Amino acid sequence: MENKKIDRIINKYQGKPNSLIQVLLEIQSENHWLPKEALDRVSKKLNVPLSQIMQIATFHNTFSLIPKGRHEVHVCTGSSCHVRGSTRLLDAVQELIGIRPGETDSDSKFSLDTSNCLGCCNLGPEIIVDGKHHGKVTPAKAEDVLKNYE
Amino acid sequence: MKEILLQIDGKEVKATEGMTVLEAARSADIFIPTLCYHEKLKPYGGCRICTVEVEVRGWTRPVAACLYPVEQDLKVRTRSEKVDRIRKMILELLLAHAPYSIELQNLAQEYGADKDRFEKESSFCILCGLCVRYCAEVKKKHAVGFVKSGAKREISFIPEISSKECWNCKECFPLCGTSYLQAAFVLAESLAFSSASSKNATEK
Amino acid sequence: MPRIDSAAELEELRKGILSKRDPNKPYIAICAGMGCHGLSNDRIITAFEEEVKKQDLKKKVDIRATGCHGFCEKGPIVVIYPEQICYVEVMPGDVPEIVSQTVLGKKVIDRLIYTDPNTGEKAAHQSEIPFYKNQMQHLINNNTKIDPKSIDDYLAIGGYSALSKALLEMSPEQVLEEIKKSNLRGRGGGGFPAGKKWETARNAPGEEKYVIVNSHEGELGAFMDRAIFMGNPHSVLEGLIIGAYAIGSHQGFIYTRHDTPQLKNNIDIALAKAEEYGLLGENILGSGFNFNVEVHFDIGIFVSGESSALMKSIEGKNPEPRAKYIRTSVRGIWEKPSNLNNVETWANVPLIINKGSEWYASIGTERSKGTKLISLSGNIVNTGVAEVPFGTTIREIIYDIGGGIPNGKKLKAVHFGGPMGGSIPESYLDTPLDFDELAELGAPIGAGSMLVLDEDTNMVDVIRFFLDFLSNESCGKCVPCREGIRQMLKIVTNISEGNGREGDIQLLEEISEVAAAASLCALGKTASDPLLSTLRYFRDEYEANIK
Repeated sequence: MENKKIDRIINKYQGKPNSLIQVLLEIQSENHWLPKEALDRVSKKLNVPLSQIMQIATFHNTFSLIPKGRHEVHVCTGSSCHVRGSTRLLDAVQELIGIRPGETDSDSKFSLDTSNCLGCCNLGPEIIVDGKHHGKVTPAKAEDVLKNYE
Repeated sequence: MKEILLQIDGKEVKATEGMTVLEAARSADIFIPTLCYHEKLKPYGGCRICTVEVEVRGWTRPVAACLYPVEQDLKVRTRSEKVDRIRKMILELLLAHAPYSIELQNLAQEYGADKDRFEKESSFCILCGLCVRYCAEVKKKHAVGFVKSGAKREISFIPEISSKECWNCKECFPLCGTSYLQAAFVLAESLAFSSASSKNATEK
Repeated sequence: MPRIDSAAELEELRKGILSKRDPNKPYIAICAGMGCHGLSNDRIITAFEEEVKKQDLKKKVDIRATGCHGFCEKGPIVVIYPEQICYVEVMPGDVPEIVSQTVLGKKVIDRLIYTDPNTGEKAAHQSEIPFYKNQMQHLINNNTKIDPKSIDDYLAIGGYSALSKALLEMSPEQVLEEIKKSNLRGRGGGGFPAGKKWETARNAPGEEKYVIVNSHEGELGAFMDRAIFMGNPHSVLEGLIIGAYAIGSHQGFIYTRHDTPQLKNNIDIALAKAEEYGLLGENILGSGFNFNVEVHFDIGIFVSGESSALMKSIEGKNPEPRAKYIRTSVRGIWEKPSNLNNVETWANVPLIINKGSEWYASIGTERSKGTKLISLSGNIVNTGVAEVPFGTTIREIIYDIGGGIPNGKKLKAVHFGGPMGGSIPESYLDTPLDFDELAELGAPIGAGSMLVLDEDTNMVDVIRFFLDFLSNESCGKCVPCREGIRQMLKIVTNISEGNGREGDIQLLEEISEVAAAASLCALGKTASDPLLSTLRYFRDEYEANIK
């Protein structure tokens, strides 16, 4: 990620002592992951120790310290999806794309993560690919959803 | 500073406003065990071994002595059946990580804690944060910090900082209560396998 | 648009908006809530826009992409006004027909209306559908009437009249008194009286005070706050400004989800519009009262919904809770008095100011007043958001509104309050919805998520699921919570796999007692509540798996 982009994000919050989390979220959202150089820059510019940044950046899977694939796949593991079979769905998805939650496959096509409840319980169990919801997905139907992504 | 009178284990104790129950107890030579407390550091309230019972307006409740502010006429009990049960369990939970810690063993004896109650865990660290906080608050170097959340929480050194700062300092080593010098171990690991350890931090 | 500087100007503006609106002009309300969004309702919205353009009806028909209507199960939902004809599971291909037949021809399309799966009865109007018929809506009902992006829509339904009344006709003390008398209790989890909380913040020493909207909504299976905030953001904002006035705060914060761009968008637009109209900023409505709002996003972790963690997050620090021996209403963000209420609580405030505390307190039970939004999920026919008065029985919610259990299964348990809540068995279904009664049964309402579990559910597995969730979503700072959950999860996992050992239940009870007594924050203190509720009602399921 270019320094210019990072600076632009930081500058948006100029003078706000509490902008660290918001800056990290924007970098994550724009770049899809947090490169080490970006964190160094944020640390310097906001004058926050890197150790504090690392704590936030590793606190939840909202942030990623490794590059993401072209398609970000989330399997909802909320309570309603759980009782409707999301564990088996997650197993099926892992099997299909060969990675575990938190990982990216070797040709950078898919990244996989679990997701907390997004409030679309009517769709459960669901897979979310690049923000698009695919509802009532049985383990057998997972392939139909994922095969459309290149 | 306003003077405050409180009662700890039936004894009248004088304290000043803004003090914690732990500070008031120590000033009166009343012992309350601690694992994450250090005079030079801000109270942390992580280990909860300093849990005592306080009575306010007829209500008794367990609180962390290192954080609870003194109040006029507060009644504190540093030992009770409940307090002892809490400390015993906390020790047993921690002994699953650091069974050979002298500090933990001594306390275990006092509270009848069984070091083998729980299956041993792979990490020796009890996450008291003494090394992390000492480095940040006293040394102001921030070479070591916490990473990850919940049951996966651990300490982690920032290689760029620690390679410059740590070898001439090492002041956090003797603070470690685990007998395993956790800070020393994690530091060596992070410097020797710097790429591996940053990878570690990314694994969820 | 010039800013509004007095009550008279507000009313004049409202009159102006209404005079340009014909109540008989048809409008198409397309649900754009989270559930319908997940069903690609954007295609429906586009289809309506194109069809209206194609038939050259732009001047004759209004289209509104509205907030959540609540009936997520049957989404995408489209309601045709003024007749309030409700179509369910609408597909883009249905759109031309809806426009020609219903909007213009005033005819009902039979195949698109709701059919009760139990009785086979059809219902053309929202008010006839059992899911809606059995509710009492004072909060979510406005969602179908407004475009959340339009402040004029909100003004057209009487919006900001409560703010005008509070700021210009009442003293802060009178506002506070009204909220106290209404007995409004916080909807975020604890059910703490809102007025009492406000009073503590108001009386706390210090000039600088903050008010906060908690829109983190981390409770699994809870999506009612999103429904309200996304669908009617001004109602929450209006409540917040009124609260700020009563408390004496000039700075507000909205703490919301980073992962819901539509919510983010609607909040941003609402704030910008309110500011433009002079409902935020300096000298609001000419009252002399100043108030600004800043939006902050969470990082997704459950623990950040805890009040002190949330406040740390607003400070830009890692969301770790701190001990609250001094309450956040006295010492919160930057050590300043900070009053935190969740979305639904704030949304109730304009209602109370407008209709009076007496009216409000006439709804509900003796100690739980008003209505409550409930998110229905799990093994239930009608997943969605329902609003009912307190006192409605759980059975009524599940069967009359929720349509019962799918696939002819029997109900086994109802789980309230997510990972910090509890489950009750079928035999307690006639319990009324009430903060205290449900808490006594070990199933506190929490934020209002109701996870319905059918006879196939393995209760030990449900508890394993919640503990696993908490072991990742807690902060990990204090020992009783971090290590306690770790060990409880191990034991419960063993039991769920049929490898329980004698003494396991006693050990679970022992750990949970210590976690409840000695943990740093509410997360650790209540982490074992779901476990304890199942040990109370479903102990045999544990015992059956212990050798």
